[in-house]
Amino acid sequence: MNRRVAVVTFPGSNCDADARHAVALHGMEAVPVWHKDTSLGNVDAVILPGGFSYGDYLRCGAIARFSPVMQDVVRFAEAGGPVLGICNGFQVLCEAGLVPGVLLRNSKLKFLCQDVTLHMEGRDTPFTRNGGVDIRIPIAHMEGHWYADDDTLARVEGEGQVVFRYVGGAPNGATRDIAGVCNARGNVVGLMPHPERYVEASVGGIDGKVVFERLAEVLS
Amino acid sequence: MSQSLPSDPVITPAIVAEHGLSPEEYQVVLDGLGRAPTWPELGVFSVMWSEHCSYKSSRIHLKRLPTTGPRVVIGPGENAGVVDIGDGLCVCFKMESHNHPSYIEPYQGAATGVGGILRDVFTMGARPVALMDSLRFGRLDHPKTRSLVHGVVAGIGGYGNCMGIPTVGGETRFDESYDGNNLVNAFCAGIVHRDRIFLGTVGDAGNKVFYVGAGTGRDGIHGATMASASFDDDSDEKRPTVQVGDPFQEKLLLEACLELMSMDVLVGIQDMGAAGLTSSSVEMAGRAGAGLLLALDQVPTRERDMTPYELLLSESQERMLLVIKPGHEAKVFEVFEKWDLRCAEVGTVTGDGVWRCTWHGTEVAAIPVPILTDAAPKYDRPRVARPASPPVPALPPVDRSAALLRLLADPDVSDKRWIWRQYDHQVGTDTEIGPGLDAALLRVKGTAKHLAFVADSNGHHVYANPRVGTAGQVAECVRNLACVGADPIGLTDCMNFGNPRKPEVMWEFSESVDGMAEACRELGVPVVSGNVSLYNETGDSSILPTPGLAMVGLWEGAAPRLRGRWTAGRAVALIGGEGTHLGASLFIRAMHGLRKTGDAPPVDFDRERALGAALRRLVREGLVEVAHDLGDGGLAVALAECALDVGGQFDVATSDTALFGEDHGRAIVAYDPAREAEVFAACAGLPVRHLGATGGERLEVADIKVPVAALREAWGDTFPRWVDG
Repeated sequence: MNRRVAVVTFPGSNCDADARHAVALHGMEAVPVWHKDTSLGNVDAVILPGGFSYGDYLRCGAIARFSPVMQDVVRFAEAGGPVLGICNGFQVLCEAGLVPGVLLRNSKLKFLCQDVTLHMEGRDTPFTRNGGVDIRIPIAHMEGHWYADDDTLARVEGEGQVVFRYVGGAPNGATRDIAGVCNARGNVVGLMPHPERYVEASVGGIDGKVVFERLAEVLS
Repeated sequence: MSQSLPSDPVITPAIVAEHGLSPEEYQVVLDGLGRAPTWPELGVFSVMWSEHCSYKSSRIHLKRLPTTGPRVVIGPGENAGVVDIGDGLCVCFKMESHNHPSYIEPYQGAATGVGGILRDVFTMGARPVALMDSLRFGRLDHPKTRSLVHGVVAGIGGYGNCMGIPTVGGETRFDESYDGNNLVNAFCAGIVHRDRIFLGTVGDAGNKVFYVGAGTGRDGIHGATMASASFDDDSDEKRPTVQVGDPFQEKLLLEACLELMSMDVLVGIQDMGAAGLTSSSVEMAGRAGAGLLLALDQVPTRERDMTPYELLLSESQERMLLVIKPGHEAKVFEVFEKWDLRCAEVGTVTGDGVWRCTWHGTEVAAIPVPILTDAAPKYDRPRVARPASPPVPALPPVDRSAALLRLLADPDVSDKRWIWRQYDHQVGTDTEIGPGLDAALLRVKGTAKHLAFVADSNGHHVYANPRVGTAGQVAECVRNLACVGADPIGLTDCMNFGNPRKPEVMWEFSESVDGMAEACRELGVPVVSGNVSLYNETGDSSILPTPGLAMVGLWEGAAPRLRGRWTAGRAVALIGGEGTHLGASLFIRAMHGLRKTGDAPPVDFDRERALGAALRRLVREGLVEVAHDLGDGGLAVALAECALDVGGQFDVATSDTALFGEDHGRAIVAYDPAREAEVFAACAGLPVRHLGATGGERLEVADIKVPVAALREAWGDTFPRWVDG
């Protein structure tokens, strides 16, 4: 049976179609969910995609987290369902308190679209697995500087909640080169880079596939 | 009978002049109306007859461009051109200038330039898939240049990134003639089903007109008139005429419009661009030969107490005018409510051919549409050929290794990653080749098609010889597309020139059009859309004549495996012959201070056609790994650009012309030496010569010997050091 993965579209989401495309390429069914919906429906995982929800006005992700569907996303996450936030989706997860930390403006105050090398580490999650080869996928953001206070940082590092780390330095100034984190339970993951962009050889490469292959494996 | 409102100013000759209308043009208004215009009507004539909207100085010349072809579905005149790419799909594209606003307020000026061109494309029913930008700035050491670069680049990125449309290419050049008048030309392409193309028309009398999108404010009032005047010391005072962009609104507008377009309820749609509500409604009515009745008091606003004059002339962004099939009005409200956008019924289509506006029941404007459109002034302005530039003199010898490093560090050549990494060039996951190679290449999902995009222009060549220089730029675009395997299928142009009242500028314009027309005809590329930006001058000095070109290419098959830089152990061949021509070249400018010297390189169309065919075959059959057109700085610079990872030894005559000449019709390719016979066979009929082999840490060509690391530093570090300095 096809596993169903909800991809939420907020007003201003613009990587939602890319996320659905990547999900479908990995043999799962991508289910479009509109932010005004009050229920995710019957799904096995949720992706909050990249983009500029609500224009990134006020603060990235700060308005989207009040979208009607987010109540059900929180419920789904608290019940242990796999949730992945990519780029703006990561910012929404942080604003909703589903993963630790906040995302500040890049240290050089410029939007950056470039490839980065990531080391996968920390605990196993439905989207990542400790170890394995480093992957090269792109970032595309203005606010990707992950930051947390010292206590949170110590806890996140201590509990293996850092699941992606930039290799060779974070181009955006992220604390301890952290590119992606998970929640304490390990079922909710957020990362700034875009694995959904590199899932085909002719378009950038296939290093992003590991994230979707892992999800397909966990759901099977 | 139209009435003036009590608060309207009295129209005096001075006020007419302030509206950019000459006494003769104002007489045409009086004769056409049979009375004096009302205050809003004066504003309407001012913008509709501005150079920006009426093309009054350029129209008679643009008619000479070839605009048809077997693939052309829609040529110039609509919001954007449309070209068939097979299997029921079309590519819709246009390039447009936003020069003056971007100088006055770089971030918003550039951002709204992107916003405007996106609307031109999705208005046609196309989903935008790619953006490019052609930029010109002044000298690096001019005090304003750095902040303009920061502002314009951030503005382009800010808008395109938020919209989620990848900016996949473009070009940026610098010259003193742009010190006080930078150029920002934005290109957008979208994909549309051939049977789902929407036009700006109104259909039958009785159809309802809807206003959707952002509310109208006072921003951008008289933007079109500003864009039709020269710059002077008061430029800073014109800041309020620059529009303010909201890409989030536009993203919602894009999705809402495309959703509505899938429902078969639309008669016509037009974006409110230059001259806002006025030009959109007049143009829509004009195309249908109909009239329109607009209730201005129904227009959604975002500022208080706006007058009819202001509502008609505002250039607030992210607004559209729709005409809906009778009985489907509720659907419009439903879709726009879903996307949290404003929507209001503002008018009715009429059968009397008159464009009328009312304000709380009082008619404040009533102008027969043909007076605004067909009767708009058209000028055949005087043209005088400028004397030819002096020939290239005998040149003293230079250290050619140092010269190569100097040319690589030139801002026209050096690495612009600092610019394009601020643009999301991958969103949409179709970008097979992004910025940095000869052209960008995007797949069309669900097909074996690839679309190629390139923007190019060389004002120095065009200045040297407007006709031949422009033809050469068309040829260069065709070569750039061929370097990624694509056939050219259409061109859009942004004609950036100086003051058309100057006979030498008008001559440049006319010659440039003829050169473009000839090259497009010879190379089989129709011109399907474009725009004209005149009065690009500061004080008394004009910019270099800059016909900004953007060309679209197509091919079907497996994606090519191309690289920008060499790997070791490859052979390199020069196709198309040796360099002979230093006129108007980067070499004489950078090394000898000879600006505006020499003629443009000639164009041999037979050679260009044969070269294009050979390059496409080499790329499509996978015979070459790197294909690179020769442009600024000639053969030596082209070799160096490929040698940034791995060097090589190459056999080229030890002469400035052979190394740095900018002759057209040439390219270099890198390939597996075992396949040289096949490579040469594909180039049958063309001069082709084995230049040497790649490998090692140095580039050695003629008497040039430079470490690869030094090439990389000159090319890669100069621009970021300046711009962040």
